[in-house]
Amino acid sequence: MMEEKHLNIEHLMTLARIELGGSERIKIADSLREILDYLEKLSEVDIEEVEESAHVFPLYNVLRDDLVGPMLSVEEALMNAPEQRDNQFIVPKVVE
Amino acid sequence: MDDRIFFKPAHQLFAMLSGREISSVELAKAVIERTKQVDREIGAFLSFDEAKTLKEAEESDARHKSGRPLSPLDGIPVGLKDLIAEKGQPLTCGSRILENFISPYDATVTERLRAAGCVLWGRLNMDEFAMGSSNENSAYKPVSNPWNLSCVPGGSSGGSAASVAAGETILALGSDTGGSIRQPAAFCGICGLKPSYGAVSRYGLVAFASSLDQIGPMGRSVEDIAALFQVIVGVDRKDSSSFPFSLPDYSAELPKFKSLKKLGVPVEYFQDGLDPEIREALERAIEFYRSAGHEIVEVSLEMTKYVMPAYYVIATAEASSNLARFDGVRYGLRSKAAKNAIDIFFKTREEGFGEEVKRRIMLGTYVLSSENFDSYYRRAQKVRTLIRNDFMRVFDEVNAIIAPVTPTVAFELGKKKFDPLQMYLCDIFTVQANMVGACAISIPCGMSSGNLPIGMQILGKPFKEHEILSLAYEFESAHGYKDLHPNI
Repeated sequence: MMEEKHLNIEHLMTLARIELGGSERIKIADSLREILDYLEKLSEVDIEEVEESAHVFPLYNVLRDDLVGPMLSVEEALMNAPEQRDNQFIVPKVVE
Repeated sequence: MDDRIFFKPAHQLFAMLSGREISSVELAKAVIERTKQVDREIGAFLSFDEAKTLKEAEESDARHKSGRPLSPLDGIPVGLKDLIAEKGQPLTCGSRILENFISPYDATVTERLRAAGCVLWGRLNMDEFAMGSSNENSAYKPVSNPWNLSCVPGGSSGGSAASVAAGETILALGSDTGGSIRQPAAFCGICGLKPSYGAVSRYGLVAFASSLDQIGPMGRSVEDIAALFQVIVGVDRKDSSSFPFSLPDYSAELPKFKSLKKLGVPVEYFQDGLDPEIREALERAIEFYRSAGHEIVEVSLEMTKYVMPAYYVIATAEASSNLARFDGVRYGLRSKAAKNAIDIFFKTREEGFGEEVKRRIMLGTYVLSSENFDSYYRRAQKVRTLIRNDFMRVFDEVNAIIAPVTPTVAFELGKKKFDPLQMYLCDIFTVQANMVGACAISIPCGMSSGNLPIGMQILGKPFKEHEILSLAYEFESAHGYKDLHPNI
């Protein structure tokens, strides 16, 4: 089931949106291989016809009325922004 | 017995506050002074706001003066792990990526502490984003164990546990995803409760693994944590996973669950790898319960060896998804090295996250990636079902389970830091409760030959906190561990 041992660290970096410098890349890749080996243990378990558990209680579709309650002001929502101006987040140009 | 004010139990302090023997301001000053005196060595606090804390204490004094305290914890200092939002205060999560973040709102538990008149005291150190078992993953500073400064306090709520043990606060809140309240409580010789999943609102708790995280109380006695739990427990419309159930009076229930219960001892938790001194301490505790009239039965949790690997798949998968929000756009760090919009994500996350957080995000990304999803994530979720069935089957037979908290006592700083897998195995006895949503408490039950605390874990069915608190109280009342304090 889990014979896949190939770990493409560069591909994972892209998926995770994390840059890893050379030595950190090697270190993390090595430890991931060791951890994935450990996770192999799961392949021993017979999971035929077993349902998945995403969470532990029978709570489904908890709904509430769509009422307006207290909310953050624009100033509060922006107070931790790395860059902001005129009630907006500033980001580099994304469309040419 | 150490009679200094910062080591007194909360209920006694409350009586003193009510009787005007001391003021809340005096009590706050006592923990502030204590913190200034010892925290250079311990490192439990990431920040504190002395003036704000003293102001809250003054307000409490006014209530006591008028004879109208808000709760049995009015005027009692409570420290918060630095991933629980307190409006106007830092919320670093032990990470550089949130170094300058200020909470714009209160977590629900924080609101409830305020409504109970608690005095909010300090932001407590932790492993970055609660990922770690030794507090060495804090981006700011490690924490030392007050019992032995060359040892770790455990993690990830290491600052919470150490500050309570050292008398730098009276009570604290921690969070527990795989043992992060119970393991440091055991290492530091205090009490910590991991509530049932859904018992305490997670609104305003920075998420690590949403299906496993719970906020819980930490203190020096079972009575203290029962009182703090009463304040924070209960359904919250801001957290749709919080579960409605009728709330007992936890303090009143403490003496009521005595004797004649059936307690399970899982054989899998007492095998090789358990420190012999911990085994002996647990055996003595089990003997105590037996002679007190409880029935002790051996039980088997057959899925035990799969709990840890399933946990690491699920917890890291959820973490990789939760931590995607730290992208350098709306809050927190933004890398100055980034040249374009996409670069912001990659560079900010490289600079802002520490190595363990990166490792877990990468692992979570791996198990969720399309080519591995079935063989890891889906499989782990199925295994989780089997783990839950196994646990519930045992609980058809017993009222509670007695188990160790940790395989060893507190280890030396630096000893496991460079071996992630060994560090993960620190939580081998604690992850079970998170995986099945059960409640579990850690209380001191002995001291090692090296004078380090030993913890005992009592697990209960979901929403039966009053039963395990009561069992813990029965043990505590017959032993003197709550009066033992580190010599610092």
